[in-house]
Amino acid sequence: MGVESDEWKSVEREEEKRGEMMACRQLWASRAASYLRISVFHRSFSHVVKDLKYADSHEWVKVEGNSATVGITDHAQDHLGDVVYVELPEVGATVTQGDSFGAVESVKATSDINSPVSGKVIEVNEELNSSPALVNSSPYKDGWIIKVDLSDSGELNNLMDSEKYSKFCEEEDSH
Amino acid sequence: MAVMGKAKEAGLPLMKLVKLRGMPILQQLHLEERLLRTSSDNWCLINDGTNSPAIVMGLSGKLSELVEAKPVLRDCIPIIRRFTGGGTVVVDHDTIFVTLICNKDAVPNVQPFPRSIMSWSGLLYSEVFEGLADFHLRENDYVFGDRKFGGNAQSITKNRWIHHTSFLWNYEVKNMCYLKLPAKAPQYRLTRSHMDFICRMKEYLPRSEFIERTIKALGSQFSVKSISLESIDFSSVSEYVHTTKLLTEQEIQETCTIQT
Repeated sequence: MGVESDEWKSVEREEEKRGEMMACRQLWASRAASYLRISVFHRSFSHVVKDLKYADSHEWVKVEGNSATVGITDHAQDHLGDVVYVELPEVGATVTQGDSFGAVESVKATSDINSPVSGKVIEVNEELNSSPALVNSSPYKDGWIIKVDLSDSGELNNLMDSEKYSKFCEEEDSH
Repeated sequence: MAVMGKAKEAGLPLMKLVKLRGMPILQQLHLEERLLRTSSDNWCLINDGTNSPAIVMGLSGKLSELVEAKPVLRDCIPIIRRFTGGGTVVVDHDTIFVTLICNKDAVPNVQPFPRSIMSWSGLLYSEVFEGLADFHLRENDYVFGDRKFGGNAQSITKNRWIHHTSFLWNYEVKNMCYLKLPAKAPQYRLTRSHMDFICRMKEYLPRSEFIERTIKALGSQFSVKSISLESIDFSSVSEYVHTTKLLTEQEIQETCTIQT
């Protein structure tokens, strides 16, 4: 309850609205681009959730006790484009901070997903097998990718908070 | 080929160039995957035709939706699932492959995301075809006018990425019978059949000129150094497990059963 609950309700509302806006914007942009024979770049302002931690490879982690939920950020999903496939690890697999544990495929590209934490995979989001687009429409909630039992919570100090991550994304996009 | 002196003086990042001819596509893809994952150098591989026909699908490709299994089995055409994304192609001795493997820091104005890499590649090849043809990057394809002659795919890791292209130098019409019309097609394709959608590079420039122009265009961004395949040292790398796989006859047979 309280601030955390209110923030996650806000995340839900935000992601619902974004889903509708994304669909309209992409339809218009794709039609215009097709007519003009140019590429479309989606340069929306990326959404960042306050109480998560972030890796410089654009994954987020939500820590609850000694467990963590991992996904990719709004910035990442926006830059990847429509996700058509998610390669998930096996439950029981070991993940290491900074190393790849799976991949997402968007149009023409496979992109590694790197774990922001070390530990053991205790659950994977099976919904992504049938609905990979959840990574786009709900990157911080329904599009979560794995849950991990942490082996070293001290590693969280290597990650960015939301403010630092926002600035990091702005700097990357300014190049 | 000597290191391009002027480029070296400008402090451009080194790119190792390996020119191949007739390398089997499975071997080429294994080499690429290994270089992406275990090397820290920038690479350009050019394979001037593969030795025999093959079908190459992207990582998540569904066999039953993309390939006509019956003629594939009849003609013993191998099917490979590659480690990069993207669609399905039939390749043979008339396909020219150009592969670029880069450290993300070697091209700092290119973010390690698909659209940014694709856009950068479009500018590179605009330089290659300048003055020769009406070249465009159209959605994710290379086209002359509105006809596709080059298909692209990528794989992106934390600090490196690969962008590889199969160029249709020429093709045999009969090979198109192995492929289904994909459910997801680029919008500019409209409802065109394979024959009305693609075109042959050979109608625009000689094969050797394309390769030389590509190397020259790379030279404006990299210090390109030619090396032999044999000189690539994998001795420090332990056994590497590839994602790229040759599909088994059983898998293709099962698809044939589903399709009939």
